[in-house]
Amino acid sequence: MADKAALPFYMRRAPEITGIAALVVGVFVFELMVRFGLVNRYIIPPPSDVLLAFERVIVEENILARCGETAFEMLVAGVSSVVVGVPIGAFLYRSALWRRALEDWVGALAAAPIVLAFPLFLVLFGRSPKTIIVMAFFHGLAPIILKTIEGLAGTRKVLVNVGRSLNMTSSQMFWKILFPSALPVIFTGIRLSWTFCLITVVGVEFLINLGGLGQLINDLAERYDLPGTYASICFVILVSVLFFIVLERIESWLQPAR
Amino acid sequence: MTSDSTIARPTAEPAMVIDDVVKRFGRGAEIVTAVDHVSFNVAQGEFVSVIGPSGCGKSTLFNIIGGLLGDYEGSVMIGDERISAPHPEVGMVFQEESTFPWRTVIENVAFPLELQGVAKSERMDRAHHFIDMVGLASFEKNYPSQLSGGMRQRVSIARTLVSQPKILLMDEPFAALDEQTRLLLGDKITQIQQQLNQTTLLITHNLTEAVQLSDRIVVMTYRPGKVKRIVNIDLPRPRTSDVVGSDAFGHYVAEIWNDLREEASRGMADSEAAASRRSAHG
Repeated sequence: MADKAALPFYMRRAPEITGIAALVVGVFVFELMVRFGLVNRYIIPPPSDVLLAFERVIVEENILARCGETAFEMLVAGVSSVVVGVPIGAFLYRSALWRRALEDWVGALAAAPIVLAFPLFLVLFGRSPKTIIVMAFFHGLAPIILKTIEGLAGTRKVLVNVGRSLNMTSSQMFWKILFPSALPVIFTGIRLSWTFCLITVVGVEFLINLGGLGQLINDLAERYDLPGTYASICFVILVSVLFFIVLERIESWLQPAR
Repeated sequence: MTSDSTIARPTAEPAMVIDDVVKRFGRGAEIVTAVDHVSFNVAQGEFVSVIGPSGCGKSTLFNIIGGLLGDYEGSVMIGDERISAPHPEVGMVFQEESTFPWRTVIENVAFPLELQGVAKSERMDRAHHFIDMVGLASFEKNYPSQLSGGMRQRVSIARTLVSQPKILLMDEPFAALDEQTRLLLGDKITQIQQQLNQTTLLITHNLTEAVQLSDRIVVMTYRPGKVKRIVNIDLPRPRTSDVVGSDAFGHYVAEIWNDLREEASRGMADSEAAASRRSAHG
């Protein structure tokens, strides 16, 4: 097999180049469809108008501060979901009774459209970022709990037997075998959880017209500034990509063997 | 070539005494005896294999000796201690691949020393010594996913040896490997066993592997697992896989196969009857 580093640049980066090329071609085709009237430009603007709207959105709508606000709410909710969800998952893994009692409820929580419960949270926490963070936290919690249970329960029996043969304490068994073994599955849960958190943060910002990118999308849609609305949606995607790059880095750092 | 049914070599000090061990599973009418009044000794520095067909209780015996199955009748003694939980003087190598995928080779091997609180420099030195012994010195920084099945099994063996257990207990460690790798690893095991004078108990269903490696072979019956015969293997030591081509080796294999064939046939008939019953019940 050829050494990857010895390949020319375009061969090494073929997947990324292909991905970007596909995106450019897709956008171009869409542009043509809108310009030739196959798609109604009063519902979906041409991509070139969206591109031109970026400057206006950045300069006039204070987009960086709004991105920061959304990212902050997302980070607090996402990290809280991990900090609370992993111990709950570990507890439910250990306690068969509580696991049987609660696992279905947690599964139901994962599937529930929590965003629609925003009036209740507004009553409890007021029209403030607290409401957005708490709602996102609850939406992000269930996948982490479920994936933590799945990861710990999926630890290969032989690894547990190695631990037993070495007379490991239950704490050593958890931290040195069960947890590292479950980590890849837990990270899958974190990815799901953070996706849910971002959806909830932007969705609730939109619904209660407060805060970062969600509120901006709401404002621009109210003003019928469709290119600006879609440009703002691109920034939501950007925030999401940034979070996933960070998560990827953390995962590589924690699991160098991956 | 000799064979006998005595419990231990008269001249050797036993490192482990397995005395009248019985293990039953299930309750009431559904009770199954997996191990039935099994007794034999393993002398200091001796290599003993337990061989038998599938379903003869080999793995149950492995788990009892390793302390993973504490509830049994009879006794497995190391010195004055009856084994009822994992014993620090018994090092276990499992049939399934058991390296930790998130640790490098050296971190895997140093793992038991880490648990014992050995200082990092010392545990790395000791791990390095045993990695070298199993022939993986240039792979210390690799992760198990970068190694072949045979190399990973050698990592498991080094990880077990690093604690310097009095008894090395192995459950079909080469079962998943191809025949050539198995023979070569057999050489490596023999070399290490002779170098360390390591008392070793191997559980296997592989006849040639048992004859290649062992001083004595305990032949088990099919369910319930009893000792059918104990065969002394008087092949010269130091021993390598070259012994496989010798007449004496062939005689031992044929002799033990005569005992095993009947048991394996019973096992096969039993499996076929069970399959017929399952298909009859739809």
